[in-house]
Amino acid sequence: MTRALETLGAWLLGVGWALPLAYAVWTAFHPAEYSTRFVLNAPLTLENFAKAWAAAPFARYFVNTTLLVAMILVVQLVLCTLAAYAFARFAFAGRAAAFLLVLVQLMIMPDVLIVENYRTMSRLGLLDTLWAIGLPYMASAFGIFLLRQTFKTVPRELDEAARVEGAGALETLWRVYVPLARPVYIAYGLVSVSYHWNNFLWPLIVTNSVQSRPLTVGLQVFSSVDQGVDWSIITAATLMTSGPLLVAFLLFQRQFVQSFMRAGIR
Amino acid sequence: MSDMSSMSGIGAGSATPRQWRVHVQGWLLLLPAAVLLVVFTHFPVGATLYHSFLSNPRPNRAAGWVGLENYRAMVEDPVFWQVLGNNAWFAAGTIPLSIALALLMAVWVNGRIPGRSLLRLAFFTPTVLPMIAVANIWLFFYTPGYGLLEQLTGLVGLPSHNWLGSRGTALGCLMVVTIWKEAGFFMIFYLAALQSLSPQLGEAAALMGAGRWYFFRRVTFPLLMPTTLFVLVNAVINSFRLVDHIVVMTKGGPDNATALLLYYIYDVGFKFWDQAYAAALTLVLLVILAAVALGQFLLLDRRVHYQ
Repeated sequence: MTRALETLGAWLLGVGWALPLAYAVWTAFHPAEYSTRFVLNAPLTLENFAKAWAAAPFARYFVNTTLLVAMILVVQLVLCTLAAYAFARFAFAGRAAAFLLVLVQLMIMPDVLIVENYRTMSRLGLLDTLWAIGLPYMASAFGIFLLRQTFKTVPRELDEAARVEGAGALETLWRVYVPLARPVYIAYGLVSVSYHWNNFLWPLIVTNSVQSRPLTVGLQVFSSVDQGVDWSIITAATLMTSGPLLVAFLLFQRQFVQSFMRAGIR
Repeated sequence: MSDMSSMSGIGAGSATPRQWRVHVQGWLLLLPAAVLLVVFTHFPVGATLYHSFLSNPRPNRAAGWVGLENYRAMVEDPVFWQVLGNNAWFAAGTIPLSIALALLMAVWVNGRIPGRSLLRLAFFTPTVLPMIAVANIWLFFYTPGYGLLEQLTGLVGLPSHNWLGSRGTALGCLMVVTIWKEAGFFMIFYLAALQSLSPQLGEAAALMGAGRWYFFRRVTFPLLMPTTLFVLVNAVINSFRLVDHIVVMTKGGPDNATALLLYYIYDVGFKFWDQAYAAALTLVLLVILAAVALGQFLLLDRRVHYQ
């Protein structure tokens, strides 16, 4: 009896959770006159997507976001790997203090330092560029922390064996540590990509042209200015911007969930 | 601790070339990340403090020292207090509910419930969607007249209501969106923790005739404490960090009823371009986050043991 009630409760919650998205999918794939009329024989259409695509430079926004996400991830991986290696295996002077200073960023993220970072970007002449969006996030405390924990579990013997063969610090890092940390890199990569694909407030502040605007900002400009209240087109654009991430998530669901898990367990 | 220096096996005293190399190499490896961290995290924190004591520069006059003037203005600014209150309500509403729901979801999805993977998909999907896109969808959902919510309430005969346009309901609507977006994310951490618990615990309890609720309350929940605290800290930070949906759904209105602290900083700093006041407001936010960090440090170290 309680089992049945619980199943019912779980399913009610599940349906409630899926409802907003299902509603959006319905609206986007049907002509506008069916957006609030739910009849089963409503004709399907892709026209809303075509209209949205034609109404704003979404192709450019896609390129911008892809470049941005790739750029941030590559720099993050390099910087965090080097720093994590230093923290894990080099007893340099001031290491404990430096590590604490890195951890500050876990609490005070670039997201809240918008006023001062805008000033800095303006002084560097970087406003309205992809670099302005990405730079504050490139040294990621979270990435350094995650990789440091992983590198610390690498058996010392492997490190020493590589050293005996004459490998220097960087070569040892590349040949011993990086391959062993692969699952962590994948986990961090997925979390980073979805974070920066979705990031909005900071890009909104530092960009003001089509040349640098990522998808999220483009979507906001599009839906607030151009379209008024044509919900079919707005929901189509909304699904379009989340599309690649959503499809990737549906295909690699297990990896996504495990990555978020791995990234959260410290 | 096993480190490079201990490998060299030489005691304290004069540093050997080997030890020098460890110091230099360590700092060189750290350097690129350290430079970016200092420029975009530590420096801005200091600069926020400094600028909060200055006035705004005018075309014919540079920014000047005004002491606590910005803070005096803040204390006298009714909107500031309203925003702080909003944020407190927002935190009080979203944090416990999203954590409780996350735990419930995890327990359900971890058990032998029919359609488990579909449920997990439904719960987790909001997490990977951009908040800005999600906000658009919910905006439509709440639209007066023909949004889905209105249609549902109309079905049961309730009068039409402008959910986002009324002071009484707007903040609540935003809380629902936040909870919807976050609960599935937190569920993942509970799920991971639940899966790491030994199944023998449950079997032993069942043998001794303990009910499921009793077992959950006395065994599972205490064992999940580290996860709960981790999730709690994240939820608290998010309640001060996540304002994307406000930009889309209400722009802080009506009458600032949905403005949260970070949104107000954005408004003051980048719409009114009152950057001096925005710096003072940012400092308040930083103090709140520092308090959270301190609280986490004390709580995690005293009360919880991580393996």
